[in-house]
Amino acid sequence: MSSLIKNRQAVADDFTLLRLADGEAAETVALPAGPLLVPLAVWRARKAELQARGAPLGVWLDVGEGPEAIADELAAFAVIGVNFPKFTDGRGYSTARLLRQRHGFEGEIRAIGDVLHDQLFLMARCGFDAFALKDGKNAELALRAFETFREPYQAAVDRAEPLFRRHRRAA
Amino acid sequence: MYRYDQYDQTLVDERVAQFRDQVARWQAGELTDDEFRPLRLQNGIYIQRHAPMFRIAVPYGMLASRQLRCLADLGRRYDRGYGHFTTRHNLQFNWPKIEDVPEMLAALAKVQMHAIQTSGNCIRNITTDQFAGVAADEILDPRPLCEIMRQWSTFHPEFAFLPRKFKIAVNGAKEDRALTWFHDIGLHIVRTDDGVVGFRVIVGGGLGRTPIRGEVVREFLPWQDILTYCEAIIRVYNRYGRRDNPFKARIKILVQALGVEEFGRQVEAEWAHLKGGPATITQAEYERVTAFFEPPAYATLPAIDAAFVQQQADSVPFARWVERNVRPHRVPGYASVTLSLKKPGTAPGDVTSDQMDAAADLADEYSFGELRVTHEQNLVLADVEQRQLFALWQEAKAAGFATPNIGLLTDMICCPGGDFCDLANARSIPVANAVQARFDDLDYLWDIGDIDLNFSGCMNSCGHHHVGNIGILGVDKGNEEWYQITLGGEQGNDARLGKVIGPSFAAADVPDVIETIIRFYVEQRREDERFIDTFRRLGIDAFKVAVYGDKARLKAA
Ligand code: HEM
Ligand code: SF4
Repeated sequence: MSSLIKNRQAVADDFTLLRLADGEAAETVALPAGPLLVPLAVWRARKAELQARGAPLGVWLDVGEGPEAIADELAAFAVIGVNFPKFTDGRGYSTARLLRQRHGFEGEIRAIGDVLHDQLFLMARCGFDAFALKDGKNAELALRAFETFREPYQAAVDRAEPLFRRHRRAA
Repeated sequence: MYRYDQYDQTLVDERVAQFRDQVARWQAGELTDDEFRPLRLQNGIYIQRHAPMFRIAVPYGMLASRQLRCLADLGRRYDRGYGHFTTRHNLQFNWPKIEDVPEMLAALAKVQMHAIQTSGNCIRNITTDQFAGVAADEILDPRPLCEIMRQWSTFHPEFAFLPRKFKIAVNGAKEDRALTWFHDIGLHIVRTDDGVVGFRVIVGGGLGRTPIRGEVVREFLPWQDILTYCEAIIRVYNRYGRRDNPFKARIKILVQALGVEEFGRQVEAEWAHLKGGPATITQAEYERVTAFFEPPAYATLPAIDAAFVQQQADSVPFARWVERNVRPHRVPGYASVTLSLKKPGTAPGDVTSDQMDAAADLADEYSFGELRVTHEQNLVLADVEQRQLFALWQEAKAAGFATPNIGLLTDMICCPGGDFCDLANARSIPVANAVQARFDDLDYLWDIGDIDLNFSGCMNSCGHHHVGNIGILGVDKGNEEWYQITLGGEQGNDARLGKVIGPSFAAADVPDVIETIIRFYVEQRREDERFIDTFRRLGIDAFKVAVYGDKARLKAA
């Protein structure tokens, strides 16, 4: 099981991440019990069933699936996952910012997939607050990454204003 | 020029610590090579033919003498006593060890320098006009806005893993000296009739294997909105740019696929949400940064220095140097001097550590301790008193900087090519040197006049061959080095791409071919016609006949 970092602590992950294996269809795949994070296709195919389960629910967006796809349904989700098939594919950063800043999602945004130490700082700035570290990566060590830069220049999700508005700077 | 405050300094110091930690984790096996690769790239480290190459940012080309001395020192301690200035204002070392880079970064941080985002699929060093702040045709000094954009782009949390690299150039003068039409975003500072300053925004230009001239996406954008507007452009690109094929991943491909109207519509729709937001530049911030670029304490001098005029009359070599390497200045009695890094026989853009120290001394003595790096791979001393030019010239000569060839054929842009670069199809430096050697007669070189010759070792086009009046491109034919020639490329306001004249040539024939082209031009030109004007008048076919008429001798393949 991958280690989860949430609110800057290594925690146990009580959600099951559902990924469709080859040959599995959204309409028919078995839904494990308990808190569940499902692909967008499964959500679309089985909304009523998922909402009737009574367990916490999350949906995850793959690259190429924008937040627009679920913008009107955010209240249904405790967690929104954003997938990084490769850590070098940076689409998920925009997804998280839009979820927070355009669509006002206040639940957990969880980075899943190829999630590595050295991207955590940037991800946190874009609105991610949970990180399912790739298997084999050291979560305790990775916690340091959040402290990489104390005063970044830009406004983002973590800081509403850019440095030049946050502080009076020397001329 | 800009000086770091505690926030800027803390950030680059933290960067040194971050990279030191990344190198240590990579050495300990906690980071795989694939995981480390983008991290080192975003810190300017390529692994190339012989060793890693390490690229250091010179933001919008501004360099203080103490910074140049630091680079000289690094060159001696960690490289082989030289460095290479690139077409994007950076300095590249060819032989450092990765293990040494954290120490090099620590030394750089002490002089307010870094290597952040000098490579990788992120927003790169922002480039501008080397005569910013002193050019007579300037609308507004672009450097304060470049600095504000530098800060905004540094560790931008959303745009660290774009589909591909992203290059921005800003020009603040009437004449475009920053190649803005061939950048991912090109910005022209404009002033409306009622005095409002803003930008014309160009997107989707680029060279590389699919060279495309950019297109205007917005005719006028108030300067305060530049960060939010760039954020809108880059967000659209980050979300929708292609990632399936690195050769199709630049923003130019997206702009071409959508058409500039549709691309612009998507940008405007995104911008509607961002416009007026916190990233809007405040007047206070603009003024704070602008204060760093106030003109230096110029002396009050006559517009023309009599002794300077006399010195030119007395010394032909000095007069020649003045004509090619010295430019008029906005302030009476001053001039801007280009130190040529194109001494025939050396690799264009290369400087030794001793030369870096010498250039730093010249800057301290003659030009308020500052220099600029040009995209044509030379150095500029922007603020020299006319009455000091003769003394400067003598010192520059001693240091090997006074080749009077700025804008002439031997002042060529050239990439590192096959001697250093893994991607190369062919070597560029030796062939460039062979061409320089062919045109070693200064009188002939002078008679040929203004001409841009640009040289790339492969179609990645680091040497800008597409926009050279003459472009030379290394191509690979059955594992042999061949060279394709393009003619008619141009930079500036009327920037355009050159066209291939025909089959390529073996290395040994390249000087002959260039000579044939030049001889044809000299025969055909009218009065003061520059090479490019004659080319436009006659068209490419006339030149093709001149070159390929004698096929046997040239062994054209
Ligand atoms: C030897 C190490 C280098 C490597 C491996 C390298 C690699 C590349 C590659 C792959 C591209 C094509 C990018 C694309 O089309 O997406 C490129 C473009 C470019 N490089 Fe380099 N380069 C190197 C050195 C340099 C140097 C020394 C300079 C400056 C003299 C330079 C300046 C540029 C420029 C101006 C472009 C064109 C950008 C455009 O496509 O618009 N590069 N480089
Ligand atoms: S143009 Fe090609 S050969 Fe030259 S530096 Fe760029 S990638 Fe290397």
